[in-house]
Amino acid sequence: MSPLSRREFVAAGVAAGAGLVIGFYLPHGGSERESFSPNAYLRITPDNKVTIVVARSEMGQGVRTALPMILAEELEADWKQIEIEQAGASTLFGDQTTGGSASIRTTWDPMRKAGAAAREMLISAAALAWGVPRSSCTAESGHIKHAASGRSLSYGELAGRAAALPIPTDVPLKQSKDYKIVGQRLPRVDSPAKVKGEAVFGIDFRMPGMKFAVLSRCPTIGGKVSSFDDKEAKKISSVSYVGKIGDSAVAVVADSVWSAMEGRRVLNVAWDDGPNKDLTTAAVMASLKQAASGKGASLYSAGDPAKVSGRKISAEYNLPFMAHAPMEPGNCTANYQGSKCELWAPTQVPQDCRDAVAAAVGLDPDQVKVNVTLMGGGFGRRLEHDYAVEAALVSKAINAPVKVIWTREDDMRFSTYRPASFHQLSATLDGAGFPVALTHRIVAPSISGQKGQPTPGNVDPDMPDEAGPVYGIPNYSIEYVMAQTPVPLGWMRSVYALQAAFALESFVDELAAAAGKDPLQYRLHLLAKDQDLQYFTTTWKTARMRGVLQLAAEKAEWGKPLPAGSYRGVACFACFASYMAEVVEISMEKDEPRVHRVVAVVDCGQVVNPSILEQQIQGGIVFGLANALRAKITIEKGRVVQGNFDDYAPLRMDETPAVEVYAVPSAEAPSGIGEPSVPPVAPALCNAIYAATKKRIRALPILS
Amino acid sequence: MADITLRVNGSEKKVSVLPETPLLWVLRDTLELTGTKFGCGAGLCGACTVHVDGSPVRTCSTPVSRVAGKSVTTIEGLPASDGLAASQLHILQAAWIAEEVPQCGYCQTGQIMSAAALLQKTPHPTDEQITQAMNGNLCRCGTYERIRKAIHWAADAANNARREIARSRYQDDEHANGGAR
Repeated sequence: MSPLSRREFVAAGVAAGAGLVIGFYLPHGGSERESFSPNAYLRITPDNKVTIVVARSEMGQGVRTALPMILAEELEADWKQIEIEQAGASTLFGDQTTGGSASIRTTWDPMRKAGAAAREMLISAAALAWGVPRSSCTAESGHIKHAASGRSLSYGELAGRAAALPIPTDVPLKQSKDYKIVGQRLPRVDSPAKVKGEAVFGIDFRMPGMKFAVLSRCPTIGGKVSSFDDKEAKKISSVSYVGKIGDSAVAVVADSVWSAMEGRRVLNVAWDDGPNKDLTTAAVMASLKQAASGKGASLYSAGDPAKVSGRKISAEYNLPFMAHAPMEPGNCTANYQGSKCELWAPTQVPQDCRDAVAAAVGLDPDQVKVNVTLMGGGFGRRLEHDYAVEAALVSKAINAPVKVIWTREDDMRFSTYRPASFHQLSATLDGAGFPVALTHRIVAPSISGQKGQPTPGNVDPDMPDEAGPVYGIPNYSIEYVMAQTPVPLGWMRSVYALQAAFALESFVDELAAAAGKDPLQYRLHLLAKDQDLQYFTTTWKTARMRGVLQLAAEKAEWGKPLPAGSYRGVACFACFASYMAEVVEISMEKDEPRVHRVVAVVDCGQVVNPSILEQQIQGGIVFGLANALRAKITIEKGRVVQGNFDDYAPLRMDETPAVEVYAVPSAEAPSGIGEPSVPPVAPALCNAIYAATKKRIRALPILS
Repeated sequence: MADITLRVNGSEKKVSVLPETPLLWVLRDTLELTGTKFGCGAGLCGACTVHVDGSPVRTCSTPVSRVAGKSVTTIEGLPASDGLAASQLHILQAAWIAEEVPQCGYCQTGQIMSAAALLQKTPHPTDEQITQAMNGNLCRCGTYERIRKAIHWAADAANNARREIARSRYQDDEHANGGAR
């Protein structure tokens, strides 16, 4: 970094005001004299500052704490001296998308190797300085020590010497039994700023001369602006600009958010409703059912279910569109200045924002700089670049920095929704009532397909992470039928795993009931044999699924009778490379379930930070309960009906159960944790409702 | 436009805004106190909660004209608790950190302001009282159980702190008495 860029960096850090988490990443080649930066993730300066760069986005899942822990472990750093820097869009880190429960699993190796390479170089630097063999030096708590002579040098003192050494390619990694940082309940680095109100989310970012904008968007899916009259809007105090943005929106710009909102309220726009003006949710659901008879693509195939005879059971399930509704509504700040454009974006996809903005405003991607801010929740909604493109277009139109803000109604009505789906399941049971054949046909529109991304073999590219087999049933087929819909689609926490698990795990419960068997013992029987189930590139192991189910049964005291009026349900599922089992305890009040307790067990390999893991699972279960109970986006006359937290109501404290979280001890490489707890919630709850009422719920939401 | 005077975090502020402007936007845009958050604009989520004359208020649906002359406390002005002056933390903020409540953190300032109003009136709330006071505050990350724990933690700590204060006073008295004897 040049001295100038360092000043910019510090200035940005002050603007961010986040204390421990400072500033925005500026690419550097580690060339600054005396500074040791063997890779893009790490920088050690002679003043003994150890800075770790986080190349994923923080949306509450704890990456700004967990990812640096991985590097610091191998570095043998003193955790207290670590400073954390948020990377913006860069070419140094590969794909920076934060999603698919992938931040830990995809950076586990690079972060460990980055730390280990630095550690080895620091050891070499000290050995050279002292003229002693490398093998007599050890790295410990931010120092290299020479036990024989009692000498010690800090990493800062060694930075200059280490920077001159060649970077090793093959470095030894620590064994999990020697971990001092990974596996510890270290406090999150972002908590103090967040509880003090000092954390700067996208919506909080300010810069001199910045205007605010809200957009009036065509309420009908696929509609356009026909014409608009800005007379009334421009009468509102400080409204300085009203203009069309793209084909389907009109922006109102003012000096304050409220003036912009007031301007929009009185703005007159005539809409061209376009081809979907009569679209309804009922029509979408009917089209999914109709598509079920079409040709499907095979996701998984074992044996031949058609050739098996015995007692046959079939059922159909369906799920609605859902909205992410993160607490921080959509927003982005852009400063377009002719030959460059800078963004401050709460985004899960900084590189995608960079490329989309470049295309939208006519710049090259390297003329667009994307700073990643904190996010008030993401849940997949911020995998879209819509806010960024809007902000850049408005900034270009007014030739000034601007923050585009969405209201809650904008968020609800112009989101990209979890795809609705329809499921056909059928099974053939043997004499003892266990399935010898099972088929699951998943009918859903493709998120990636709708966005024009590749869908090789007519398979949505998310299916390989999210719709795999759970049980080693000898004749087993999972098929996917790609349906079409004009309703905008997006990736929402656990994506298709939610639908796949609801259908499969409700159906397995139906089979257990038909066989007159205990639903937990029934599942354990189906998992009794150690089997490897090869599903695309993942090998699902029945032993690991059995392990989480057994531990869940033990912790929930499954065999022990509950007080009168209380009932249990169980479900298990595997997705994002992790295994999850959940037991839900309920009572019924006026035909509605009241959830009292959830026992959740995960096998996600090595746990990096148990406290953050518990947060993710507790949160995923609350999210999953909201999905199961009430989440439903409906469309009438081509428009989304729901608008705010009254008609699309997340869970509140009075509905939140006690959630107990257990992780199976494991030294396997870490796997996903942000999403796997979501899918088993709905089937476990519906299975508990069946235990209470003998009524089977085959469509979500439960309270519709 | 109207000129309105209000007291924010102990100092007098004169603002010139549309009188129906919600207090939320005056705090965020005019006074640059961005710790108070916009979540729904309809009083449904509680992310924008501050105290007006000591009571919790949803600023997104409170016109600024209605708080003219009143005293507003935002998260930035929540006073540090006894013994926490060095870290400038209110006991609830310390509890939020101790119980690792925040995930995304966006709703947490509003949650803390609601909880602070609760403890002001009910220093040792039951689970039921906590639910009642906090049910208007939404959290999409699902941190409710940790919020409940943190409120109990703060209530207990406040109790201990009070005992500590009481104890030191008693010792002072004893010392004084002892000196007199």
